[in-house]
Amino acid sequence: MPEPVPTRPQAAPPEGEARQRVLFRAGGFEPSAGRIAPWIAFAFILAGWQAASSSGILPALFMPSPAAVAAALWNQVTSGTLLMNIGYSVERIVWGWLIGSSLGLLLGFAMGMFSLARSVGLPIVSALFPVPKIALLPLLILWFGIGEPSKIAVIALGVFFPYIISTYTAVDGVPRNLIRMALSFGVPTGAIVRKIVLPGAMPGILAGFRITTSIALILLVAAEMIGARYGIGAFILAAGNLMQTDQLVAGVALLSILGLIIAFILGYLERWLLRWR
Amino acid sequence: MDLIVESVSHSYGEVTALSDVSVTVRDGETLVLIGPSGCGKSTLLGIMGGVLAPSAGRILTRGRAPEGCLNPLTYVFQDFALLPWRTVEGNVMLALEHHPLSAAERRRRVAAVLDLTGLTDFASAFPKQLSGGMRQRVGIARAIVVRPAVLLLDEPLSALDAQTRELLMEEMIAIWTRERTTSVYVTHNLVEAIRLADRVLVLSRRPGRIKRMVEIGVPRPERAAPEHAAELARLHDELWSLIREEARLADREIQHA
Repeated sequence: MPEPVPTRPQAAPPEGEARQRVLFRAGGFEPSAGRIAPWIAFAFILAGWQAASSSGILPALFMPSPAAVAAALWNQVTSGTLLMNIGYSVERIVWGWLIGSSLGLLLGFAMGMFSLARSVGLPIVSALFPVPKIALLPLLILWFGIGEPSKIAVIALGVFFPYIISTYTAVDGVPRNLIRMALSFGVPTGAIVRKIVLPGAMPGILAGFRITTSIALILLVAAEMIGARYGIGAFILAAGNLMQTDQLVAGVALLSILGLIIAFILGYLERWLLRWR
Repeated sequence: MDLIVESVSHSYGEVTALSDVSVTVRDGETLVLIGPSGCGKSTLLGIMGGVLAPSAGRILTRGRAPEGCLNPLTYVFQDFALLPWRTVEGNVMLALEHHPLSAAERRRRVAAVLDLTGLTDFASAFPKQLSGGMRQRVGIARAIVVRPAVLLLDEPLSALDAQTRELLMEEMIAIWTRERTTSVYVTHNLVEAIRLADRVLVLSRRPGRIKRMVEIGVPRPERAAPEHAAELARLHDELWSLIREEARLADREIQHA
């Protein structure tokens, strides 16, 4: 016969003893982003920068003051060259991104849905994805000439591969059970793609948007620095060659603004397309 | 419409999930499938509705689907399988959109099942805003909007808490009594089986085989009455004694997946 399991002796009732408070101990690790703090910090940085420039700690040749940058920017606005440079850059980035992303979307969908496309596409995409696309610019210039098409093509290529991968991953990640549900109700294939795969993959597709727009911006500047007369990249390079640092920094600030505008559009799209989340 | 399972076997690679199962679901009845976890009851349900191809055997139907039936074999899923980007109404509508009905007829049908399942006030809510019970009501509404000949329910209540389960069970009994639906109901919960079933099919552990068919003789609406309590308790014990040892073994098994 097995030993009986010993039971714990009953403790004396604690009625007579002093009470102790249980202290809250699970604080912290809940960071949140404020709304006013960033503006104050931004103002402080600008003020500090301006003070450093005015007092001569920052030599104007290497780092112009914010006021000088603003003046340079204003100069460009009034002379009309700013608008022209932005126009060239925006046209290249919009076309390059549109072509690259729509083709990437198409192929990513095909690879997410069809075995043949996946088995052929995956190794090819994996092999070409790591190549820095700017390395292809000389080749593209040979193909398309020095004009706009070679710059648009390099942006399109740079956007194309990451967009394939993020679309493919997003389509592949659409919950199987939803597709199975639709199949069990006899929903036709086209409608399944439209009503289930596309909206299910939308978060991933928008994440691809975020990644590829920043890649497009990098390639835009690189391509414009290699061979362009106009555009923000060419403008920055020219300013650097002439040691006009105020214009140079103004060009960089412009890129920041361009990036912010893209992020704003994306944020709006996300809120609108993913309002169900 | 009868649904006939004819010597169906199924294996996933090396593992045999079902071995030579034959059973006929009779028109108008509720057949409950029970068995220990991993006995292949969900597999059998998937095969019955044609969303899983069996390794051997076949599924047949006999007789006609009811008037206005759009999808004879229709599922209700354990995880609800609702589209998070569609409202309650949109989720139910999904089942009708590819059928040649007028927009007005679609809206009328959807409104009718939302009313039947008590979802009218939630028609424009998104699934994430709903409790588990409400989500499964949407799953049930979407299934009955196509007027199925046979409803296939895959543990529809097991993702819900005990109280919600109780409420939903009562509602389902009311709907089934009204619509006279034929249904196959998979569960591991014996209480559900005894409350809902006309017949209970007990499956054995892997490979799933038919172990016993148990008739629940008490008519469904009378099962809450105290004079039947003893009989139902006896049936509960009978079912439990059939699966107890197997459930214990299944519980101690190391998963191969």
